[in-house]
Amino acid sequence: MTHEDGAQDTVLRLTGITKRFGALTANDDISFGLARGEVVALLGENGAGKTTLMNILFGHYTADAGTVEVFGRALPPGQPGAALAAGVGMVHQHFTLADNLTVLENILLGTRPLWAPGLGRAAARQRVAQLSRDFGLAVHPDARVGALSVGERQRVEILKALYRDARILILDEPTAVLTPQETEALFETLRRAVAQGLSVIFISHKLHEVTAISSRVLVLRHGRLVGEVATARTDRHRLAEMMVGAEISAPAPSVARPGAVLLELDGVETEAQGNATGLRGVNLALRAGQITGLAGVSGNGQGALADLLSGLAAPSAGRMTLGGAEVADWSPRAAVAAGIGRIPEDRHRTGTIADFTLTENAVLESYARQPVSRRGWMDRAEARRRAEAIIAAYDVRCPGPETRIRLLSGGNMQKLILGRVLEAAPSIILANQPVRGLDIGAVTYVQERLIAARDAGAAVLLISEDLDEVLALSDEIRVISEGRLSPAFPRGSRSPAELGQWMAGHGFDDAA
Amino acid sequence: MTEIVEILLSASFWAAVLRIASPLIFATMGELICERAGVLNLGIEGIMVMGAFAGWMAVYAGLGLWPGVLFALLAGMAFGAVHAVLTVPFGLSQHVVGLGITLLATSSTYYAYRLSLPEVTSPPRIEPFQPLEWPLLERIPVVGEALAAQTALTWLAFAVVVVVALVLYRTPLGLALRAAGENPQAVESQGLSVTAIRMGAVIAGSGLMAVGGAFLTMSAFSSFFFEMVNGRGWICIALVVFGAWKPGKALLGALLFAGFDALQIRLQQTGLGQIVPYQVFLMIPYVLSILALVLMSRRAEVPAALMTPFNRGDR
Repeated sequence: MTHEDGAQDTVLRLTGITKRFGALTANDDISFGLARGEVVALLGENGAGKTTLMNILFGHYTADAGTVEVFGRALPPGQPGAALAAGVGMVHQHFTLADNLTVLENILLGTRPLWAPGLGRAAARQRVAQLSRDFGLAVHPDARVGALSVGERQRVEILKALYRDARILILDEPTAVLTPQETEALFETLRRAVAQGLSVIFISHKLHEVTAISSRVLVLRHGRLVGEVATARTDRHRLAEMMVGAEISAPAPSVARPGAVLLELDGVETEAQGNATGLRGVNLALRAGQITGLAGVSGNGQGALADLLSGLAAPSAGRMTLGGAEVADWSPRAAVAAGIGRIPEDRHRTGTIADFTLTENAVLESYARQPVSRRGWMDRAEARRRAEAIIAAYDVRCPGPETRIRLLSGGNMQKLILGRVLEAAPSIILANQPVRGLDIGAVTYVQERLIAARDAGAAVLLISEDLDEVLALSDEIRVISEGRLSPAFPRGSRSPAELGQWMAGHGFDDAA
Repeated sequence: MTEIVEILLSASFWAAVLRIASPLIFATMGELICERAGVLNLGIEGIMVMGAFAGWMAVYAGLGLWPGVLFALLAGMAFGAVHAVLTVPFGLSQHVVGLGITLLATSSTYYAYRLSLPEVTSPPRIEPFQPLEWPLLERIPVVGEALAAQTALTWLAFAVVVVVALVLYRTPLGLALRAAGENPQAVESQGLSVTAIRMGAVIAGSGLMAVGGAFLTMSAFSSFFFEMVNGRGWICIALVVFGAWKPGKALLGALLFAGFDALQIRLQQTGLGQIVPYQVFLMIPYVLSILALVLMSRRAEVPAALMTPFNRGDR
């Protein structure tokens, strides 16, 4: 069934929704309808306004203009209770579950009047069991939510909506946290729901998922609805173009011109940290003007190497030389002083300070030195100038430099980090998972900037669990397995299958 | 050693334990409700002082004992309402507001005392709650005797624990309250008002704290003086942590603390008291409480949203 089936089948209609956060227009005059039994994908880059739109629909935010109609009736704005009662269920990107309660208690929350004498657990337990079977959502009703995996938590969220007889299910980036198997199970659940007449809005920026599950795609860009197309009549390439607004192509780096060795590891070992593998006899040379890609299965020592280069860990054995001189006192500050630019793996935890402003985050590595500080006093105007320069040069979309960085989408946060690193003109760049979780536009942007930095003479170490990314960007490839490093493979000298063998740990003993 | 055994086997010791524990139980349950909903209520100490005065004054002014308890409850709820407005919808610092409420409640009590009894040098006495008559219970040695020595307010304290536990774990209200202290977003997204739940919890909890204070003037003693609360409110905050935010365990903690307290008074009279300075005995309940706190609360699960204000529509 598609939206052409006639007005009486329209279960949801949004008209002229507009929402501003300060100077930022998150949603600009958005209108669309949803039919019974269809899956509509809401596609857009990070920060395009998808989540804001759904939060308005569900009543978390109040729109500045526009109306929401469910089954022909206008929803009062800003009341999640009204949306729930009208049959709208939402699975938030950040789950709204209480960890200290059981699955059943989370599902029961808010379903009975607060002053009711009991919870009615027995009846609820049966109903939940029935729903679990009907929709393929296996989860134990008495398990504490705090002990569940991410996939199981999502099932609880969906059960919550179904328990309340939701007829319209909104899923905000539901696959972002799932393994491929869990994603397939989720799709199976959604197919069953649609078969029973539910309608689904599926928010994503992953094209292959959108084409796999939806019957219609709505594309948001910069807060505007820029396209609406039946999934059958389009393909990923065209959707990607609509999303970013331009013809996109994966960056194809020119031939590298490697220069001098800037950093060298010679038989370096580091201590294992708890479950994290340490480095074992690692030899590595990073050359100016070259991207070295580090491929490997997650948890094989990538973290240890990243910690070493960023100054968080020191070698327990072996030699580390920077620009020909052996490193003695090694610390994060020494790493920054030595011209190592660090793009950390976790931008929320180690890359930024969430409640600091963009300005403050922009000078995190330079605040104590000239020209941001003089004689122990910080020059806020100078810091702000730097932030503004990064915002302009790296296309960071934000209300302004005095915004707290937690309000930014992941892609914009990463652009600020990238700007902070590259503006310091580092001679060595450690890029640890620099594009993880970003949308296509941001991915291409970050990759192009890294290539540009290489062309300007920087040595880049790219750590990625995405082999395609490593193959596309690296001038030479190293594979890491159980803390050991493979020899350097020049671009194009090994097939993905051969690298896969190394990733599985084969070949190291012969090479040693 | 034999002296300690003798103390532990005496009915008067256990009667004292229950009596000392009662105000702690009321106030601990009050604090527990607040914290389970996500609000730390440091107004507890002042609200207890105020409750002690309010109940006693009501009786002195001619109201009955039970109307006096009710008056203390309402007065506590009034201060709780101030705390709730400042910390929940306004989202102000719970530490600052709580300490402010303690100062405000204590000093307004002093003011009210001076206004109502301008020329009194020693505070008047009232006729407090008397032990309930239990003809059969009295005949059971130690346990029965200790229970028979208690007033209706002590029995009420234990009933409050049962009611709080039932409401928390067996009703939709309790579920919403526990969720509000863990992840207010979960409550909000189910169409419930986090603000209303948290404010209700703070107001109700503050009422219980005031009743805990009133126990001191209306059951344990028969008069009011300013130093009588003497840090009990702060002890209750520790007891909530000791009890891992669970009513049953918190009750246990209150009894344990009361036990140490009753023991140290009696130890002072023994041969040991001749050798060791009495200040050491006074320290015992606190030192042992700190030890117990360290042991018990290491794996305690703090309500995840405790002290985190919630604003609708925030990103």
